[in-house]
Amino acid sequence: MAGGREIVSKIRSVENTKKVTSALEMVSASKIRKSQDLMKESRPYARMMNRVIGHLGKANPEYRHPFTIKHPDVKKVGYIVVSSDRGLCGGLNNNLFKKMLASMGEWQQKGVEVSLVALGKKAIAYFKNVKIEITAVASDLGEKPQIEDLIGTIRSMLEEYREKKVDRVYLVHNDFINTMVQEPVIEQLLPLPPTDDAEVRDIWDYIYEPDAETLLDSVMVRYIEALVYQGVLENLASEHAARMIAMKSATDNATDLIDELNLVYNKARQAAITQEISEIVGGAAAV
Amino acid sequence: MTKTIRCDIVSAHEEIFSGDVAMVFATGIAGELGISPRHAPLITQLKPGPVRVQDAAGEEQFYFVTGGIIEVQPHVVTVMADTAMRGEDLDQAAAEAAKAEAERALADRTGDMEIAEAQAKLAEAVAQLQAMERLRKHLKR
Repeated sequence: MAGGREIVSKIRSVENTKKVTSALEMVSASKIRKSQDLMKESRPYARMMNRVIGHLGKANPEYRHPFTIKHPDVKKVGYIVVSSDRGLCGGLNNNLFKKMLASMGEWQQKGVEVSLVALGKKAIAYFKNVKIEITAVASDLGEKPQIEDLIGTIRSMLEEYREKKVDRVYLVHNDFINTMVQEPVIEQLLPLPPTDDAEVRDIWDYIYEPDAETLLDSVMVRYIEALVYQGVLENLASEHAARMIAMKSATDNATDLIDELNLVYNKARQAAITQEISEIVGGAAAV
Repeated sequence: MTKTIRCDIVSAHEEIFSGDVAMVFATGIAGELGISPRHAPLITQLKPGPVRVQDAAGEEQFYFVTGGIIEVQPHVVTVMADTAMRGEDLDQAAAEAAKAEAERALADRTGDMEIAEAQAKLAEAVAQLQAMERLRKHLKR
């Protein structure tokens, strides 16, 4: 019986892979829900932040915060890129990096330098091999990313902007649209888009304690952090969704393959039996 | 005349309180704040401490914040609580740590090898499955 044993061992190995992929699929499916809840829970903060920033835009502080001031010529741009810590999530990270490299390429053609902050192991591993300056990294954010883990990395980028070493800052992450669709997006973080000046401003201002400068600064920093945090959560949900889909298709493929291999095995078995019988019959006839 | 003011207390991870209240007490950086409806616009940092909200019936609820920002508009109070201790030094230390981590990650070419290897194997198996699938479709045609 030709190759019977090999086919059996191949079937076993595919079955084992199938077990792993279907387990991963189920794990991801349950994690999607959790990460979506996280996204939902963090939304009120972002909404309040927007409200306060909106109010601040309408107030009349004499002080203009550096984050709202556009640098006249762009010599260097910074990217904050959010990726997953783990692989096996289809083309999720690669699509993101490709889009980012394209955007970087455009800047580099204009002779603009690029630096970046990498969040997540995949981004670190990927950009380590690309010749790009990496200012700061953070990884192992886990299933429940904490804003505290991001403070340091974000600050290092904000500092560069403040010191005018960097003239634009972008946030790159995957947007979770639904379980089937995740889209890589590049958002501009700094300078903050100006608030609509067309609106007639009321003549009023806040009472600032201690002073407008310190206050605006802490609000702006928190605002940026909230934006990045949202990006991280979106990316996390996208990661689980992408992994679930990738693992589902791998499991389906494994099932098909096992069926196919079984068929081949049975055919081989039957052929062997037929051959044996015809040999016996042939032998009997010869006697 | 309105007797209540809307109060929203949020942190980055959750909505802590939202509702109409008679008065809000908090510890601002420059001292205790008591905010009643129609308070003048004010924005200030919060010190770590309790935030108290008093509803129309006089009942109080306490929330502890580790800091944050309180924004007051005549009809709405927004408290954005931090989830961690903040401070110039602490933030600076975190930034330094993130930079050091970047240097370490760039220098480090091994590490996590076992997990990476196992992952690579699994990825390979998945890729094989995909390749076989493609081949199979191709053969059928």
